[in-house]
Amino acid sequence: MEKSSVSTLLKMEGVTKRFPGVIANDRVDLELHNGEVLALLGENGAGKSTLMNILAGLYRPDEGFITIRGEKVSIHSPQDSMHLGIGMIHQEFMLVQTMTVAENIVLGLQDLPLIPPMAEIKRKIIELSDRYSLKVDPDRFIYELSVGEQQRVEILKLVYRGAEVLILDEPTAVLTPQESRDLNGIIKTMLSEGKSAIFITHKMDEVLSFSHRVQVLRQGKTVAACKTEGTTPQELANMMVGREILFKIKKAPYRPGEPKLILDGVTVEDPTGRPVLKDISLTIYEGEILGIAGVAGNGQTELTEVITGLQKAVSGRITLDSQDMTNKQPLHLIKAGMSHIPADRGAMGIVGDMSVADNLVMKRYRSEPIASRHGVMHATKIFGFAKKMISFFKIATPKPETLVKFLSGGNIQKTILAREIDSCGGVLIAVYPSRGLDVGATESVRNNIVAQRDKKAAVLLVSEELDELLSVADKIGVMFEGELMGIVDAATTNKEELGMMMAGMRGGNA
Amino acid sequence: MQLITTLLAVTLSAGTSLLYATIGEIYTERSGILNLGVEGMMMMGALSAFAVSFYTGSLFLSLIVAMLVGGSLALLHAFLSISMRANQVVSGLSITLFGTGLASYLGQRLGPESNGFNLAGMTASNFQKIQIPFLGDIPILAAFFNQDVLTYMLFLIVPLSWYFMYRTKHGLSLRSVGENPRTASAMGISVAKVRYLYTVIGGMLVGLGGAHLTLAYTPGWSENVTGGRGWIVIALVIFAGWNPSRAVFGAVLFGGINAIQFRLQAAGTMIPASFLNMAPYVVTVVVLALMTIIGKKKKGKYSSPSALGNAFSIEDK
Repeated sequence: MEKSSVSTLLKMEGVTKRFPGVIANDRVDLELHNGEVLALLGENGAGKSTLMNILAGLYRPDEGFITIRGEKVSIHSPQDSMHLGIGMIHQEFMLVQTMTVAENIVLGLQDLPLIPPMAEIKRKIIELSDRYSLKVDPDRFIYELSVGEQQRVEILKLVYRGAEVLILDEPTAVLTPQESRDLNGIIKTMLSEGKSAIFITHKMDEVLSFSHRVQVLRQGKTVAACKTEGTTPQELANMMVGREILFKIKKAPYRPGEPKLILDGVTVEDPTGRPVLKDISLTIYEGEILGIAGVAGNGQTELTEVITGLQKAVSGRITLDSQDMTNKQPLHLIKAGMSHIPADRGAMGIVGDMSVADNLVMKRYRSEPIASRHGVMHATKIFGFAKKMISFFKIATPKPETLVKFLSGGNIQKTILAREIDSCGGVLIAVYPSRGLDVGATESVRNNIVAQRDKKAAVLLVSEELDELLSVADKIGVMFEGELMGIVDAATTNKEELGMMMAGMRGGNA
Repeated sequence: MQLITTLLAVTLSAGTSLLYATIGEIYTERSGILNLGVEGMMMMGALSAFAVSFYTGSLFLSLIVAMLVGGSLALLHAFLSISMRANQVVSGLSITLFGTGLASYLGQRLGPESNGFNLAGMTASNFQKIQIPFLGDIPILAAFFNQDVLTYMLFLIVPLSWYFMYRTKHGLSLRSVGENPRTASAMGISVAKVRYLYTVIGGMLVGLGGAHLTLAYTPGWSENVTGGRGWIVIALVIFAGWNPSRAVFGAVLFGGINAIQFRLQAAGTMIPASFLNMAPYVVTVVVLALMTIIGKKKKGKYSSPSALGNAFSIEDK
């Protein structure tokens, strides 16, 4: 393909897409040039993914049209989109878990022979993976792969099909910093071959480091489209949210009270008997946020689950207000005042097919005033309670009766946060609370967590963003391979020290 | 030795109808459609095959009609669960109720006037055992080579089905649709088309399974000729882990239990006949419980297609 950076490759004009009750895209124009990366920036629910799904042939626009190299095209199916050289990597990977890498890569290919020559296909995959440094074994099953490896399979799938335009929907949300850097390199290689990319994100630093141009969407409309050079993160953030964004968190001075939650030598084993949490001892005081840092999968999930009663400790003791809480049922812990914002929102935080109101009331429905003494629930009281919570926590939902699964990620998280903070009786366990959220929602989540701490709650905050831990937490513990590498003071530590501990060096007062 | 050979031969014959229906249902379920109408489709297959054979004497035509009848009932299920997005359990159950009811009615109407229009008790041309020269003379092995045409056909259908599902492009599409229709759709596969196709193919094979009952295993029509085999098939699919080659073991096991309990009843034992009749169904329950335990240990290999029983639309959340 000839390389002239100013020629327009793809154009969307006046694209509108309506869903029941919402306009996801409202007359959006978009332009992609040859050999460039366009960043599509916007809050959760701004319509970025919908717009790209239209390009990928998953949704059909209600209005508007698309042109490629000046020719009007109609994209009715993913197949059409693929033929036009457009390939999309979705936020939820489109991979069949029980099939091998090679099978996934050739799945649905039109010109595949009846009996696919697997040896030849594997050779081609290995060749491509060498060329783009996408290391992956074609014979492994998808369920055996890490998230980063699965993403590589997704990229391979697109290059195998010869995609010229790559659409990446929040590709770094699930990656470690190292994997993100690799991805950046991979995209650069592809650009050098004349391919173009559209990059959906809500992270400012990614826009600045990856893209040539940026287009900002807000509530389904384009608010700006400009060259990346010359913009600042603050400017972009303001455009995205439509108001001033504070990157600093306001919090009261650190004045810890009594010890609230104490773990003493807690060990957890996985079903095969391998210890996944080794001899953890820590104390969280009233009015304190203890941050937990570490690369995902180093025991953070087990730590929060053993505290919230979802996993059993094989040894050690957990006490809350000097009462033994080791291996107690979750309901017992909830009644003792424990709140939990789980890592997997969809699976553990909400019931998607129930309404916002019902989800909000899920920790209060057992007792008065929501339910009568005999356990009959009062619909009007639920409704009133939900309305109050929705306005207080600024949950953007059309109605309290709307099913939670129709809300954006940020508003789903706000729903969970509202329920957990409302019912919080002194302990808040928050796991990746701002993961995948945009700046506006992140700000509100963090402020709410800090507000709980200022109200004397003991907070455990698990996060993979060091900036978040440094600005929100009072103390930071670092986990590595199921062990606590040490606990340091958030005010005096720095990223370097934390980084060393995340790599397995002991530090602080371990 | 003679006894073992005989028992094995009866086992294979008893397992034939089960295996046809099981492979059919595996095709259907692999596409993500749960068809609980097997019992009804089998019953209609059994009736129509016998009726056609009775009036035309053509076994070939009987098989074609049994396949068409099974296929059309499956098509109805496909329409309800794919296009109308109906609950697949309810739709399947109504196919079974409809199929068994209609077969029972037609069985009392399609017969000759001389028999009060009843088909029961009539004889029609049926499949004879064909002994393969030489191979059919070797002890034990003789059991495999002293069967009817429909059983011999399975010797081809089973390996071909396995090969089709795991080694061909269409098998890949089929499995992906049942596992992750969203992904399949994003890769340009028409989920609805695949589901229609394999639900109907599955129904045709189930119809053949029914035909084997009235034309070969126990020639002749009688009320409730399937005797709940359709339900055992649903269990056998799970037993097979949705793999056509493993289905053979399930069919042989249940065919064997049937064969043995018949022998025991004939020989006259202390065990009451009702208990012997119960045996296949009790074993079903036990086997299913065991499979669930094994399935948990061997993740992926024995588990059901992830999207089994779910309607699909790309705009669903």
